[in-house]
Formats: sequence, structure tokens, C-alpha cells
Amino acid sequence: MATVVASRKACTVNPLKMSQPIGGALAFMGIRCCMPLLHGSQGCTSFGLVLFVRHFRESIPLQTTAMSEVATVLGGFENVEAAIVNIAKRTKPEIIGICSTGVTEVKGDDVDAFIRLIRANHPELAHIGLVYVSTPDFKGAFQDGWSNAVVQLVEQLVEPVSQGRRMLRNPRQLNVLPGSHLTPGDLEELREIIEAFGLQPLFLPDLSGSLDGHIPEDFTPTTLGGISLAEIARLGASAHTIAVGEQMRPAASVMEERTGVPFTVFDRLTGLAPNDDLIGLLASLSGQPVPAKYRRQRSQLVDAMLDGHFHFGGKKIAIGAEPDLLWSMAAFLTEMGGHINAAVTTTTSVVLARVQTGEVLIGDLEDLESRSAGCDLLITHSHGRQTAGRLHIPFYRMGFPMFDRLGAAHRVSVGYRGTRDLIFDIGNVFMAEAHQAAPDTWRRSEEAAPEYAVPRVSVPQELVMLTELI
Amino acid sequence: MSTLSSKIGAVFNEPGCEINAAKSDKARKKGCTKQLAPGAAAGGCAFDGAKIALQPITDVAHLVHGPIACEGNSWDNRGTMSSGPQLYRTSFTTDMNENDVVFGGEKRLYKSIKEIIEKYDPPAVFVYQTCVPAMIGDDLNAVCKAASEKFGKPVISVMSPGFVGPKNLGNKLAGEALLDHVIGTEEPDDTTPYDLNIIGEYNLSGELWQVKPLLDEMGVRILSCISGDARYHEVARSHRARAAMMVCSKAMINIARKMEERYAIPFFEGSFYGIGDTSDSLRQIAKLLVARGAPAELIERAESVIRREEARAWEELEPYKARLAGKRVLLITGGVKSWSVVAALQAVGLDIVGTSVKKSTQEDKERIKEIMGGDAHMIDDMTPREMYKMLKEARADIMLSGGRSQFVALKAKMPWLDINQERHHAYAGYAGMTALVREIEKALYNPIWDQVRKPAPWAMPLVSVA
Repeated sequence: MATVVASRKACTVNPLKMSQPIGGALAFMGIRCCMPLLHGSQGCTSFGLVLFVRHFRESIPLQTTAMSEVATVLGGFENVEAAIVNIAKRTKPEIIGICSTGVTEVKGDDVDAFIRLIRANHPELAHIGLVYVSTPDFKGAFQDGWSNAVVQLVEQLVEPVSQGRRMLRNPRQLNVLPGSHLTPGDLEELREIIEAFGLQPLFLPDLSGSLDGHIPEDFTPTTLGGISLAEIARLGASAHTIAVGEQMRPAASVMEERTGVPFTVFDRLTGLAPNDDLIGLLASLSGQPVPAKYRRQRSQLVDAMLDGHFHFGGKKIAIGAEPDLLWSMAAFLTEMGGHINAAVTTTTSVVLARVQTGEVLIGDLEDLESRSAGCDLLITHSHGRQTAGRLHIPFYRMGFPMFDRLGAAHRVSVGYRGTRDLIFDIGNVFMAEAHQAAPDTWRRSEEAAPEYAVPRVSVPQELVMLTELI
Repeated sequence: MSTLSSKIGAVFNEPGCEINAAKSDKARKKGCTKQLAPGAAAGGCAFDGAKIALQPITDVAHLVHGPIACEGNSWDNRGTMSSGPQLYRTSFTTDMNENDVVFGGEKRLYKSIKEIIEKYDPPAVFVYQTCVPAMIGDDLNAVCKAASEKFGKPVISVMSPGFVGPKNLGNKLAGEALLDHVIGTEEPDDTTPYDLNIIGEYNLSGELWQVKPLLDEMGVRILSCISGDARYHEVARSHRARAAMMVCSKAMINIARKMEERYAIPFFEGSFYGIGDTSDSLRQIAKLLVARGAPAELIERAESVIRREEARAWEELEPYKARLAGKRVLLITGGVKSWSVVAALQAVGLDIVGTSVKKSTQEDKERIKEIMGGDAHMIDDMTPREMYKMLKEARADIMLSGGRSQFVALKAKMPWLDINQERHHAYAGYAGMTALVREIEKALYNPIWDQVRKPAPWAMPLVSVA
């Protein structure tokens, strides 16, 4: 319903977008004992690392091939090789996930060939998984980097199941491919829902084990948890794949091509209807009745919608988010009676045209700011704080990064319960802003009472007692 | 790139830096920093360093020419404060796309500068070079020159692409940009014998404002702070100062030294961390200004401020002594701070069980020995694993360090305090020192520590409920 247009400015002001390589690196952080590695100058890694630390408030494993100016001109192979050898020695990972950057893409490094050569030179590193994904900084956005990395993980690590060969499938095992907009808290919620049906979910990637903020037993220089290499290898034995977000469709379809596991894409899991679909799918996959807990939660969500719709109805809302998050939030808010007055995003996606608004702009926070005046609510990541301050409109933080609030990793907006709580959270923002009536609230300036010449009689100063007159 | 490489060479040859002066010609050529080890490197790039050094200039537009990573992943992450203009917090980038990489990004850059001037009308635009446009040969200097002529406004090129080196080099390259294009390009309305430049102070968390009232009271005028809470025109006019103080160790020594060379502005290296150091710095400022013609009574004015402030600071620290006596501190920081805060921490009874000297000079190390005595435990390079072990085994009660090692301490369930650039508290001057001690006390005595270290119920013997 929306037209999708790209900003025509030369200069990006207050970026909404972040780059592909760090989106790819975050995907690698959902794998157990992993060290993500950016093939670029050390700043590429340092900026991403600081951003993740501020958002998750956790140690972040992320290394760099530390490309110098000379290395950039003369070769990158030595740096990739040295980085892998050093990481293997110092942090003993099970897998190293390598993302390219702008510098090494312009240079044209053939990292796949580098890896083959490193494999040949270093048989002692054979036990370490090496996965490479191309993520140029000058193309796409964060979400694309995540999505591309998961495609590579499926292509390079999932054991293929050849056509026609009989495969021992585990009818209880279910793959979940979550988009980059889902938090560790969201994954935990989905795990709980799926397990309630007696199914065993495997998340790729699984940030709920690595970036959920837990205390490990001992010091760990790599990721603290996540899906293991052995688990990834046997994703082909699952009965079904659930992809959350359109960004995960490519990975789900590569999975199907390689292993024959059929898939369902949920373009969102916030709102009543998509969660009904999810519960329906889980019931039919498991052959189990819907647990009482979810019958109650659905009822609670319906009640929350009834209580909340007073506050959402007619509200003008501006959203700046990556495509899948934008679609998820816009659809949910529209279903609650709100209007999407401004929508700005980072990269192209088929979901954008579905947003119920006039135009979705691929742009920046300056564009969002110029379109948000008069709105009742601004929704975007923490970088929107200056915009909201200048516009004097309420601000609800959503997406990555969220560096000026605690608990970013545990915000839940999927499932019946997550949607219910989101209604409460955003509804409370609206309630806090509710306007109090004042004497002039309904007076219109053009209807100001004219000055009629009314004779005014002064009241005698001394009071006359009524009794005296009688 | 020939001008850039000659600049880097010049920076490496900095005669004002005693580390350099001590090196052989051959060693000096190799540069200031060890070659980075791929897969084992930490820290920012030269572009990061340049941005850190210049972004505190609050009224100019800082435009980053490069793909989205350089600015999109990093903006709004520094706590440098402004007393007025907020434009420095607005992020500008050319966000180069594939087409720009193929056909060159110069046109987009020129148009970006035009858009910024039309929309925001800043006194100047600073344009930062990054790796990708440097590789494809975008001529930043030429574009900035053309834009400057066309729009009648200074457009300053900052040539410090990330891959030329680490953050520290970027600080210095930023300094070169100021020296080449900004400092000395305008004249101040008036000058006084009390005009001082402060170089290398970025006003993080407002630290400049912990010291400025004292200078105000002494009658010293900060002609320009480079670059904390600075305005473009102030920096442009800074060459008329009578004296300069260089803070933050060596980050901007090239500015201090070249301003001495070009404009005969004498400078000293001082610090506002620690009570004794703050006093020394105030004295030196007074002395230098008097030597340059300020009335001699400035020295007495400084002394009277110092007497009062020191007495007040020690009085404020007194109540902490009983609670902090014997608590063991692991200090992981660099340069000046590795010793300048030590004296004050020791004075309240804290026991410094180790201080890192990875980023310290020989002179810094001598000072540590002087202050901490022969048993000074200097740590050259401590891995996160070793830090974790030391804390886990309770060989220290608290770690003071930068944000990077925060979770090493917290995951060991040990108190930690941020004393590096991302910190939210201001620790400069006398007020800053008492603030630091107050924060240490708060961290050590927070009631959570006993609770979080308690074993989980399933790790304890079962209790009978009967």
C-alpha cells in the first residue's frame, strides 16, 4: 500500500542505518564458542564492539584483521591468516565467522580462496570452523549483513540431505531462523512457546544463550553460549523451519534446498493474528492440543487490546526502523487503531510496500524528524533521542542500538504475552501524555466573545440586612 | 597520499616527544606504535582518534566522508559536553554507496557540503577522510578547497583515514589539520596578559568545568580550549594566547610545540587529575603567564585558590578514610592517570595493588616509583583472563579501568569503576578527586555484593521442612 522511495539527499544526517559487517558479526555471536572477525581496519571492529557493549552491557567477542594502509595495497591474505592463527592460539574458538568490510571489498580480496589456502597451510586448525560472508559497508544495511551471514551458515555448516535419499527425521525437532530485530528475550519467549508443545527448537543464530546477560562459570574470551556447531550440522533432520522476518526467507529456502526441510515465514510475530497462526502451526506440527497457558495468554492479549484501544485509536505515529521491525511495529500499531504518519527505513525489502502509510522512505533520522512534527509518538532506536527532544514528542525506543536504557536484551514483543506487554508499555506512554482539559481547550480564537456594551451597576458598599427591611 | 604520508612521517618525528627523542633514527622511522597484530588487536583507528580530538568543537559540522560504517556505527558515543551550540552532536556522513565507490565520491562530498551549509550554516565544516575514499583516490583536499572558495566558508579537510594507524596517531593528525587550516586564521577582538590555551582537554562529562571556575577566580582567561567546549572562531584565534597548558599526555603535543615554534607561546605539560597535580598545574599556569608579562600578583592569587581548595578537598576526603583504609585497588589505565590519581587514593588509605604501565612513558614510570615506593607493582600487559583471575581470587577489592574491561570485573562479581573516556562522572580538579573517592566508596559498599555472591539454592545443602 505504501510507495517506497529513496532519499535524494547527498548527505546523510543523523543516520538510522548501521553497516552490514556488524549485522553479520552479531549473527555469528549466536554460535557457541565463536569469535567473529571483521576483515578490515581495526576501527571497523572497534566501532562495532563499542556499539554492542553499549547495547547489551556485555563483553563482546569481536576481532579484526587490522588491515594497515600497506596491507591494503599489497595484500590481505597474510592478515587473514595471522588473525586466524592468533585467534586460534589465544581464544581457542570452535568457529571463526569472518565478515568483509568496505576496505577489503574495494580491494577485492577473495577470502574464500584465502580460507582454502589457510586450510592447506594449517592442518592443525582443521577442527576450527571457518565461515566467510561478504558484507560490504557501502551496500545494504545491518539487517542484510545478519541475513547474509545466516545464509552462509546454512550453506557451509548444515549437513546436506540429498534428494531421494531416505533421511531419518526427528519429527519433534524444529528449526527457528530469527531475524536481527528479535532480542534474546524474544528468542526465550519463542523457545518457551515451542517447548510447551513438546517440540525441540534449535535457533540459528541463538543470541538467547550468548547475549542474554548471564554469569558464566569462568572467563570466556569467545561467545558465552549459543547454538553449537554439532547442532547446526543436524538442522537438516528437523521436521520444519520457522523463519521470523522476511530477511530470513533466503536462509530458510537455502535450508530447504539443501535438506528438504519445509519452511514457514512469519513476516512478524507481534499482534494477535500472526500469533494465532504460529500457535496453529505448532499445534498441527506437534499434534498436541494448545496448552492451557496459551489459551489464557490469548485471552489476556484480547483483553489488553480492549483496554488499550482507547489510547491507541487515532494516534499519529512516526517510526524509523529496519524493514522487518518497521513492518512488525507498523502493522501492530495500525491494528490497534493508530496511524503511521511517517515511516523511514534503512534498506529495501518486500515488506515495505505492505505498510499502511502513504510512503516509506529509505533515509535517515533527519528525514524522520522533518516528517514527525505533530505526531503523538516517535519510535526508533536510541539515536532518536535528540530528534524527540527537539520535537517535544514522546519517544519509545525500539530496535538496535538501545544504549541509554537498561535491559535492551530482555525486551519482549513476540507472542501473545509479548504483544500484551507492548500494548501496556506504549499505551502507558500515551496515557502519560494525555491532555488535561482547560477552560480554553474548546474555545476557538475566531469565535472569541465580542465586547458588548453591557451596563454595569456597582453594588453598594454597605450590606443591607434583609431583616432590617422587613 | 604523498602529503598524508609526509604528515605521518612528520608526526612520528615529533621532537617535542621525549620517547621519540630517545629513539635512534631508524627506530623513529618505524613510527610510534607497535605493528598491530591481526586477531589480537584492540582499540580505535586513526579516524576515530581524529574525530575524538576535533568533535568537541561544538559549533562546526563534522562531516565523515565514507561508507556508513565509519559514522553510522559510531556517532553519539562520546560524552564531550557543550555550554552552547549542539551542532557537534548532529551526525553528517556521505554514506558512500556502490556507485560512489565505482565512479568516485567527490561529487557526493561536494553536494553534501553544500547541503550542510544551506541547512545548518555552521561557521565551518570539518571533513574527515576514511579508508574507502582514500583507496579510490577521492581528492578530499581539492574538494574542500573548491567548496571553501565557492561557499565562502572554511571547509577543513582532516586527513586521517583509519588504516594509517591507531587512535593516538589520529589525535595528532587532527592536530595537524588545525595547525594547517584553522589556528591563526583569525584575530581576536582583544587580548589580555591572562590569555591561556588549554590543549588536549576534551571536556568529557564536563571536566573542563571542574577547573574553569578556579581559573576564572585567578583571573585567567581561557582564550581557547583545544578542543573541549570550543568554538571554531576561538580555535582560529588561539595563536594570540600568552601561554598554554598541554593535558592528556602526548595526544596533542604537536599542537603545543608548533604553536610555541610559530607564535612563541610557551607551554607546559600538566594534569588536572589528582590534588597535587591540579595545584602544580595552577601554579605553572600562573608562573608562565607572569613570565610572559602578567602582573606578579597572579602567583599569589593562584596560591590563595590552591590553599583554600586543597584544604577543602582534604577535609572532604577525611570521612572516607576509615571506610577505605586497606582496600585494595587494581588500576588499569594509561599514561598520566597511572600515577596522578595514585597519591590521592593512597592518602585516603587505599592500597594500590597494581597499576598498568602499558601506555606510560619512562617518565610516567619514574613517577610511579617515586609515589608508590620500591614495591610499586607495575603491570605491563595484563590479559582479561589474568584480570579476571586476580579479581576472582580476591587479590583486589575493586578495579578502576576503561569500559572495555568492565565486564571482566562484573562477571567476577567484583566492584568496578570507569575512569576512562566513556565515563559518566567528571573526575578533574579538586572537586573531581573527591567525586572519584566518593564513587569508589559507593561501589565498594553497595549492598549488592554480598547478595550476588551468595550461592544459588540448588547449590546449597537441602533444608528439611518438616
